[in-house]
Amino acid sequence: MKYRHIKKWILLAGIILSAVASHFSGAINSYYLQIVIFIGINITLAVSLNLINGYTGQFSLGHAGFMAIGAYVSAYLSTEHSTAFFKAFGTNFFSIALLFIGVLIAGGLVASVAGLIVGVPSLRLKGDYLAIVTLGFGEIIRVLIQNTDAVGGPRGYSGIASYTTIFWTYSVVAITIYVVVSLVDSTYGRGFLTVRDDEVAAEAVGINTTRYKVTAFVLGAFFAGVAGGLYAHSTTYINPSGFDFQRSIEIVIMVILGGMGSTAGVTFAAILLTLLLEYLRFVSGYEWLPEIVRRIAQNRVIIYSLVLIALMLLRPQGLFGRLPRRGIPVGGMSASRRTKLPAASA
Amino acid sequence: MSTCGMDDKRFLGYAPLRMTSTEFFQQLINGLSLGAFYALIALGYTMVYGVLRFINFAHGDVFMIGAFSGYYLSPLLLPHFTGWMTPLGPISVLVLTMLICALLGIAIEKIAYRPLRSQPKLTVLITAIGVSLFLEYGGQFVFGADPKSFPELMPDRALEGTGALTITTTQLAAFIVTISLLVALTFIVKRTRLGMAMRALSNNATAAALMGVNIDTVVSFTFGLGSALAGAGGILFALSYPSIDPLMGLLPGIKAFVAAVLGGIGNIPGAAVGGIVLGVVETFVGGSAFSTYRDAIAFALLIIILLFRPTGIFGRAQIEKV
Amino acid sequence: MNPFTRYIIVSFLFATVGLLALPANAQDVVVGEFASLTGSEATFGVNSSNGVELAKEEINNAGGVLGGRKIRIIIEDDQSKPGQPSAAVKKLIANDKAVAIVGEIASSRSLEAAPICQEAKIPMVSPGSTNPSVTEKGDYIFRVCFIDPFQGTVMAKFALDNLHTKKVAILQDVKSDYSKGLAQFFKEYFTSHGGQIVIDRSYTGGGTDKDFRAQLTAIKAAQPDAIFVPGYYTEAGLIAKQARSLGIKVPLLGGDGWDSPKLTEIGGSALDGCYFSTHFSVQDKNPKVQDFVKKYQGKFHALPDGMAPLGYDAMTILAQAINTAGSTDGAKVRDALANVKNYPGVTGNITIDEKRNATKSAVVLQVKANQANFVATVPP
Repeated sequence: MKYRHIKKWILLAGIILSAVASHFSGAINSYYLQIVIFIGINITLAVSLNLINGYTGQFSLGHAGFMAIGAYVSAYLSTEHSTAFFKAFGTNFFSIALLFIGVLIAGGLVASVAGLIVGVPSLRLKGDYLAIVTLGFGEIIRVLIQNTDAVGGPRGYSGIASYTTIFWTYSVVAITIYVVVSLVDSTYGRGFLTVRDDEVAAEAVGINTTRYKVTAFVLGAFFAGVAGGLYAHSTTYINPSGFDFQRSIEIVIMVILGGMGSTAGVTFAAILLTLLLEYLRFVSGYEWLPEIVRRIAQNRVIIYSLVLIALMLLRPQGLFGRLPRRGIPVGGMSASRRTKLPAASA
Repeated sequence: MSTCGMDDKRFLGYAPLRMTSTEFFQQLINGLSLGAFYALIALGYTMVYGVLRFINFAHGDVFMIGAFSGYYLSPLLLPHFTGWMTPLGPISVLVLTMLICALLGIAIEKIAYRPLRSQPKLTVLITAIGVSLFLEYGGQFVFGADPKSFPELMPDRALEGTGALTITTTQLAAFIVTISLLVALTFIVKRTRLGMAMRALSNNATAAALMGVNIDTVVSFTFGLGSALAGAGGILFALSYPSIDPLMGLLPGIKAFVAAVLGGIGNIPGAAVGGIVLGVVETFVGGSAFSTYRDAIAFALLIIILLFRPTGIFGRAQIEKV
Repeated sequence: MNPFTRYIIVSFLFATVGLLALPANAQDVVVGEFASLTGSEATFGVNSSNGVELAKEEINNAGGVLGGRKIRIIIEDDQSKPGQPSAAVKKLIANDKAVAIVGEIASSRSLEAAPICQEAKIPMVSPGSTNPSVTEKGDYIFRVCFIDPFQGTVMAKFALDNLHTKKVAILQDVKSDYSKGLAQFFKEYFTSHGGQIVIDRSYTGGGTDKDFRAQLTAIKAAQPDAIFVPGYYTEAGLIAKQARSLGIKVPLLGGDGWDSPKLTEIGGSALDGCYFSTHFSVQDKNPKVQDFVKKYQGKFHALPDGMAPLGYDAMTILAQAINTAGSTDGAKVRDALANVKNYPGVTGNITIDEKRNATKSAVVLQVKANQANFVATVPP
């Protein structure tokens, strides 16, 4: 890839820029600030899912479950155990930073354990089955959290400290992009792509597909967990129903819109979709639009679903995905992946 | 007499599953009737998968449309059937609903799935999710989000002479209709030319095309049939649980999918068996102290099955040719 | 065209359309509202926002507030989803410059928005959130309904004193904090006053579960004298029907989640002899209530459910507070709200107590022949 040599400097630049932006964040109004933070969180989620879906070709529909785990674990730690921590280190910028990094990583780690648990059964499954199983896991995680009174159950968990700032959010974004891109671009990382393109051939040449798949899930889950932690400390209130199937679908749409397998595309799609959906809020306020248009705009999911269908019919490779070379469909070529029917008759 | 109360500290262990024989058999009946609905929806899933190797996510929502069709059709049709013709009223609603759902299924296939036949399965799967969401939230938009009360097409009474157990007329009707549809379906698949074409297609599509099978027609027919079954399921479900809303198809749809996988996806009697098994297991869990985990049970069952016997109870292993 | 050109064009379109927003009349008093207009709890959100809308129209027609300024309601849909209220309320406060916020019915979503309003020092009035912790978020957060501890004890008291039942089964909605809270408080009062909870089962509400026979069969085996079902009307009707069909004859008890004309539509005669507590009754002969019902029917062509009058009261109390405060300044409106005493609302005589909760009586209604009839008033 083009920027291979200066990747490290880009990462550093990203972190410094976000620190600067964070410093001036007091100037923008809190609504726009929230949007900017949501964008950053969505980018992290989309890029982490892209590793699983786009680069490794494992269709995971339960990503919101990992996010939920990260959110709840980090929230629980920072709320319940912070007093002891602060007594030891005092309450200043550095101790808060340390605590926050700590809980985010903890959330990510527990989420990656969940990623391991989800990834292992996935080894034997392909395509549709995998999708449903990951969906199932996502739901199971949600039901488990809902039944855990210690974190509020259906009441949700409120009173989380508001630690998330532009600095933390975009540093995580920069790190996530750096890790994913470096990984896939390395010699080892090529393995992910082979698993996606043709698993049987990969096995035949000695690639340990198991290891790649599990790694993808674990790593993807880790970053999703960190994103969850950022989310929890931004909205200060989390609820299990916010991490349901619809949430997972939102992230999946970003990955598909951006083009599975293209980190830049997925990033752009995450920004675009977050903005578009917030924008729809304003549309319903435009009194000069006919009532029916406004009502449809209010119902975002109808828009999601139409975007999804249109995308698949018109441009399944998304905005930035590469057009498949002739004969090799986007998702890979192995026989089991293709529908067994010849193309529809005219 | 069992006392499955939470107050008793002994409970997290054996006692939650302890119950009298009356309770046991009642739960069994409840489970069987719930299972009948899952079976009806599962049949549609399994048929489409058998022929197309693709999970139609939107199937559960066709089920929902069936229930709503019944809701809107009943006041239009029922007044015309009075006197000795009264029993024909609900039947006409059922038949018309099945027709509407069949047409809907065919339309969806033609618009959203057919153009993607040469694409990798992932694409179609995503489109199916899109269609499903569109039906659900479009339904909320068109019908209104609040639950509607489904009209009582037939009187719902408990049957006499069953002793301590309760079986209602709607439960009985659900059984009868499900079994009839199952028999009819098996007949169609095994004894008609279209059924033979469907089987040929599921075996080897290219060969079938070479033998003169018109793929488009057969696929449309498969979708139509599966959707008609879902529509019937919708009406029966709404009869037993008369509160319908546009999101009602989501969870039963997923559970029916689990049932289909349980029985061996692509296998028709398997889908029915899977539906029953799921219904019964879910009912027993629901009556126990673990009732809060009822929904998760379906998913847990799915994962277990896929881990240990992915072909399901009756399925055959698929060999992947490379 | 290459992707980047695409990007530029799309962004440009956004920017232009974004700038086309019409400017608001600066004289209007902007009140923000967030509610679940779509999603699984859409019925509550739509109905409460109808109530708010009705109130706003009345107020504006009568001359508005602060000597002629009209109230402008900007409503944001939170889609019944967590994560949405946060953005919605921030937009209302920062962008739309709302002077106060009305919302929400669901305690979970109120809990999400409350800290934001508190920090921005914008008063928030919840029409129907009953979980106690909502108003604990800060002194700018108010509610015009009673809270779960009170409501739970209302039914427990009623069961013990009026119905003389000593053994009760609970069937609660595990997905609803409202239901769980109510069940918990019912249990506390009931067991500490000599009653016994013989069995406690749950289901997943929000339209998910439709079949309760499994739980009901277990409940039947435990032989209770009554069943407490602190859920929403969407399930209560079904539960009653299935209970009767299983041969369970004891009465069902419920809370204000039952309060909707749809309850009997779904449950029918299975609900005869059942009781529930709520804020007001459509049959209440009180002219204020009848007046409201008539106006609501005239505008929306349907009977109001429990949430609509709460929305109505929230808006009217807020308007009155603004007038009393003589300005839209957050702190002054807050103080005016805290001093509301004996306000004659549609949902009863409302006094805001020192915890910023409404102290008002609950009524217990009995269902008979598709009508909810007034049985008793239970004062705080």
